[in-house]
Amino acid sequence: MGHHPVDILRFNTCGSVDDGKSTLIGRLLYDSKSLMEDQIEALERSADITGGGQINLANLTDGLRAEREQGITIDVAYRYFATPRRKFIIADTPGHVQYTRNMVTGASAANLSIVLIDARLGVIEQSRRHTCIASLLRIPHLVVAVNKMDLVDWSEARFIEICDQFNEFLPRLDIKDVKFIPMSALNGDNLVEPSVHTPWYVGPTLLGHLETVHIASDWNLNGFRFPVQWVNRPNNPTDRHLHDFRGFSGQIAGGIVRVGQKVMALPGGQITTVKEIWTLDGPLQEAFCPQSVTLVLEHDIDISRGNMIIGLDQLPGTGMDLHAQVCWMHPRPLQRGKKYFLKHTSNTVQAMVTEIDHRINMATLVPEPAPAELVLNDIGEIRIRTAKPLVYDGYATNRLTGSFILIEQGTNATVAAGMLLPSEQLVRPESGDYVI
Amino acid sequence: MSSYHLDHLQHLESEAIHVMREVAGEFERPALLFSGGKDSICLLRLAEKAFRPAEIPMPFLNIETGHEFPELIDFRDRRAKQLGAKLIIRTVDAAIARGDAIPKPGVVSRNQLQTPVLLGAIEEFKFDCCIGGARRDEEKARAKERFFSFRDGFGQWDPKNQRPEIWNLYNARLNQGENMRVFPLSNWTEMDVWEYIRKEKLEVPTIYFSHERDCFRRGGQWLPEPPAHADATKPDPYAGARPTEKEPIKRLVVRVRTIADMISTGMIESKVHSFDDIISEIAAARVTERGSRADDKASEAAMEDRKKAGYF
Repeated sequence: MGHHPVDILRFNTCGSVDDGKSTLIGRLLYDSKSLMEDQIEALERSADITGGGQINLANLTDGLRAEREQGITIDVAYRYFATPRRKFIIADTPGHVQYTRNMVTGASAANLSIVLIDARLGVIEQSRRHTCIASLLRIPHLVVAVNKMDLVDWSEARFIEICDQFNEFLPRLDIKDVKFIPMSALNGDNLVEPSVHTPWYVGPTLLGHLETVHIASDWNLNGFRFPVQWVNRPNNPTDRHLHDFRGFSGQIAGGIVRVGQKVMALPGGQITTVKEIWTLDGPLQEAFCPQSVTLVLEHDIDISRGNMIIGLDQLPGTGMDLHAQVCWMHPRPLQRGKKYFLKHTSNTVQAMVTEIDHRINMATLVPEPAPAELVLNDIGEIRIRTAKPLVYDGYATNRLTGSFILIEQGTNATVAAGMLLPSEQLVRPESGDYVI
Repeated sequence: MSSYHLDHLQHLESEAIHVMREVAGEFERPALLFSGGKDSICLLRLAEKAFRPAEIPMPFLNIETGHEFPELIDFRDRRAKQLGAKLIIRTVDAAIARGDAIPKPGVVSRNQLQTPVLLGAIEEFKFDCCIGGARRDEEKARAKERFFSFRDGFGQWDPKNQRPEIWNLYNARLNQGENMRVFPLSNWTEMDVWEYIRKEKLEVPTIYFSHERDCFRRGGQWLPEPPAHADATKPDPYAGARPTEKEPIKRLVVRVRTIADMISTGMIESKVHSFDDIISEIAAARVTERGSRADDKASEAAMEDRKKAGYF
């Protein structure tokens, strides 16, 4: 059919106000011919009314009235486009200091982050903060878009200077793949088509890079992890084969599972065998992350939502005392001794913050020990005690089984995004009492 | 390695199934909004994928404006029956009769009147969650929507105060009276929906394919001629939506690209007879799907305003 993207790349854009994020996205959509006539018409209409006749590509993504009035982006906006090679999901995340939580929201599921830098200003605190968040969230790929190069006369020296500024603090972070691209989002240089102004730049255009960056290994295929979301038990089935059907439904959060494989159900610790991998499209012999399936097990074990079924190699950690990095997302500060709900995979438990080890100074990226509290947009390391043991991996090993959110009791506000450090204690398969 | 690869539709499907199962796991009284339109047709297949071989653990809910295409109603009822699901229908007509919905003088479209009817149904059945087929690519205000979209006791959406949504961890906790709208198709585009319908060989209402129909030109669009006014003892439900003398009827070969009701759906001139044709037509289209929706043209913030008030 010719319209078959082979996979999905999720990316987010971040930068300071006026770095031109929305312009960059608008330009990508425009130049890749993903914009429709009525959208362009609407742009022209608002240009006549508010823009003095000048078409503003940022109006494409700034969807809310307050944003158009104030000329800023106040929430995460999602945009979609596809080329014959890939489908793209863009999270446009705002650069305002007070909206950093939205960047975490937009970036958490991303394969790639674009950090925009104004070539005139170079690397500023916001650039450091955004890069630091991308590193904390373990986003596998980073693009440093050195924008507004037209305003520095397409100076290669300036470009190299900014790359050097960036490379200065990069070793302190955990980012493996970084690409620097000189561009002008407003004029479309090096976005879709190579720019005539940068003969000294031999790398790909932004879209060229987005289309080809290798993301197949971004999913974790080591260590089978299956958080149970829902127990599948048909009531009064007309099909006699289904009378005793008892399946466990969920999305594979890591690794591969095969029929006949030994698995363990946690927290119970019972070991059994996978009898069937049920899907509406027929049974599978094996399934892998991130497929959604229903597992039927050999033995009748008590398993419910919030439990985890795991493979016997590469065991996860377990415990009630957690050590984690958090991004605080609420105006009410995090305080020691306060109780929250903690949602981890499909499991929600009560939890108490017992210690605040440090908060990261975003200007220097240096941890400052023992702060009294973490406030909105702070990133720090904390200790948590949960009411029940959690089964988890370090976030660096598995983003899905190593992440959690904290929910404030009473208001139910989501107040923190958490990334777990590896547990010192692993699940022990030889606790043979439970083996069936 | 290459065998452990999902294409974009498989990714979107798995994500949507995960969202549906979170709804089943977290809420006590969820409902699924099913209109018979293409997006909610995908929702139904995803519900089958999420919950079979068990029953789909929630009823279907539809809010009728009273101006629906008859083809859509037939299809909706038949499909719900096939799946063995309970279908709850609440109508704008009944709400107007009760005084729960009050039409604005001179406004024929009942699009906005669906909101109080939906909120009434949520209250009547104590639904704590409604799954809807909205997609972020449809409209600018929708682009800011979460998968789990929190609504306060008045059903209102507050775009500036949304819960951050991180990884695939959805905060589904509610207090009394609050509820959640959940959108499993958030990351799908119009093209994804049709490619999925083709891949899954799903039935769709016949009006998505080209057919002959009497239309008239209004507001730059071809609108379908409403059905004849059958019961003269009652006021004409299409009063004001019928063609005037200056709007001659023309017999055209048309189809719908998006379905609201007969008053707010523009028909597009088209000759498509298969899913392949539809997909090729969308790929070549130069206007968005919503370009044919009169309800969205009201103003630049039309959707934002309706969503704040509790719209789907």
